[in-house]
Amino acid sequence: MNADNDVRRYPGFGVFSAIFFAYLYLPIAVVVFYSFNANRIVSNWGGFSLHWYTTALSNANLLTAVKTSLLVATVATVASTLVALMAALVLVRGRNVRFRRISETVVNLPLLLPEIVVAVAVLILFSEAGLANGLVKLMIAHTTFCIPFAFLSIRARLQGMDLDLEEAARDLYATGWVAFRRVTLPLILPGVFAGAMLAFVISMDDFITSNLLNSGGATTLPVYIFSLIKQGVSPQLNAISTLIMLASIALATVAFLLQRQR
Amino acid sequence: MKPSARKPNWNVLGLLPAHLIMVLTLIIPIGIIIVVSFSTRGPYGGFEYVFTTAPYKQLLFNEGWTGELEFNPQYLIVVARTLVLSAVTTSICLLLSFPVAYFIALRRPTIKVLLIYLVTLPFWVSMIVRVYSWIIILGKDGVIEKTLRGVGLVDNMGSLLFGNTAMLVGLVYSYIPLMILPIFASIEKLDPALIEASHDLYGNRLITLRRVILPLTRPGMIAGAILVFVPSLGAVLEPTLLGGGKTMMMGNLIQLQFGGARNWPLGAAIAIVLMAAVMIFLVFQGLRSMRIEGLERAS
Repeated sequence: MNADNDVRRYPGFGVFSAIFFAYLYLPIAVVVFYSFNANRIVSNWGGFSLHWYTTALSNANLLTAVKTSLLVATVATVASTLVALMAALVLVRGRNVRFRRISETVVNLPLLLPEIVVAVAVLILFSEAGLANGLVKLMIAHTTFCIPFAFLSIRARLQGMDLDLEEAARDLYATGWVAFRRVTLPLILPGVFAGAMLAFVISMDDFITSNLLNSGGATTLPVYIFSLIKQGVSPQLNAISTLIMLASIALATVAFLLQRQR
Repeated sequence: MKPSARKPNWNVLGLLPAHLIMVLTLIIPIGIIIVVSFSTRGPYGGFEYVFTTAPYKQLLFNEGWTGELEFNPQYLIVVARTLVLSAVTTSICLLLSFPVAYFIALRRPTIKVLLIYLVTLPFWVSMIVRVYSWIIILGKDGVIEKTLRGVGLVDNMGSLLFGNTAMLVGLVYSYIPLMILPIFASIEKLDPALIEASHDLYGNRLITLRRVILPLTRPGMIAGAILVFVPSLGAVLEPTLLGGGKTMMMGNLIQLQFGGARNWPLGAAIAIVLMAAVMIFLVFQGLRSMRIEGLERAS
């Protein structure tokens, strides 16, 4: 069929989409571009330089914040993925599950609330419980809001899985655990990994909760970046931002490929 | 199947950790937020369990020295600004997303996958970095000002930062991927035969768009509206970094009360108002999509 005669096509949508993608990526490109600026003043181009990357990588405060973020994100990812996997297995595959819809809503609760409300809730909880360790507070809070992201990825994978395979394993006298371990788990593993990566990125990226809980010396990377932004735009900040974007784009690409794996 | 004493009930055990975490870290603490919003402000920040409605009164009134109440709209303005900006953000996202989602949905499978990847990618990139990038673009001596000065359009314009427009730009940019994805999903599900049938019945492109495509993709738009409107209502980074100290939204007003201002009961009261706004919106949208489902089933 000739493209012009295809009644499904609308003229102008293509141009509009091209402009849209430019809009989506231009701000990111601006940050990357200015991170190579030799000039101390961001908006005055002073030639190409990697100087700000060496400055950033030798910034002790930044490295401490990265370490804190990695630690919190790793714990939150492992905990939330395990908890979400258990919940998804029951809610997708379990028979005679009572209150299925309400259960699912409870598991996804952090998505239904504005994050600032979640942040205030855990802040008040920790102050009432007398918990002072900043790292532990962050780990608990991050686990909570990472659960739905891991859950939704794993659920999607489980829903797309062929039930017959597990039944075949059971027909061949595999016990429930063996059938799960040898059949179900390998099949849903891409979804589990994708969910874990999403949880990891959500935790690494969190600002609202980490900022409100910021006490006891647990400053995460976004909270540290926020403090830098408050001091003003600087080329070093652009270099740090570029490095963060590189890391998240790499993770996103892996997760995207995992989710498409059949 | 009855759970017996010998066989553990896997349904309950599997859900237990997730439910326990949500009850302990969210459901009970939200109950405490409600209590705090009716409590007295502590002398050194925090709160004391002494019942009062003062935090809610404080949302509307200033209390004078002699205890007389004087109407003060400052917090009401923040609430109104939050609602309006979120609604405008959602509308702009809807308008921009539909043509893009439609265009992507008609591509070849490989290109479609690539474009969807490009739409989701910014969402993985640090939120704070994406909001920060607009400071470089909109700020004094920023990209926009430099460009306009370069072509000689303006001589000396002030910063575009700090204010409602800058916040709006940041909000739309932050949340638009969340609008495109559900609209794309519902356009992809659309049966092309229906569009052809509309043309066979002498409907032109515009009529087909209005009478066939838009109504059939409404579920995707409602889902997208929820995904954009709810986080906009609770936005913190955009108002803090792009709005400046004078034009606040509920999100950073709450944050301020639990941080620098140390007025927890007032912060809790605003959090309750925010939650109520989200709940009302979700229930409203839920009813709307139920009506659409009902109509679809009836027809």
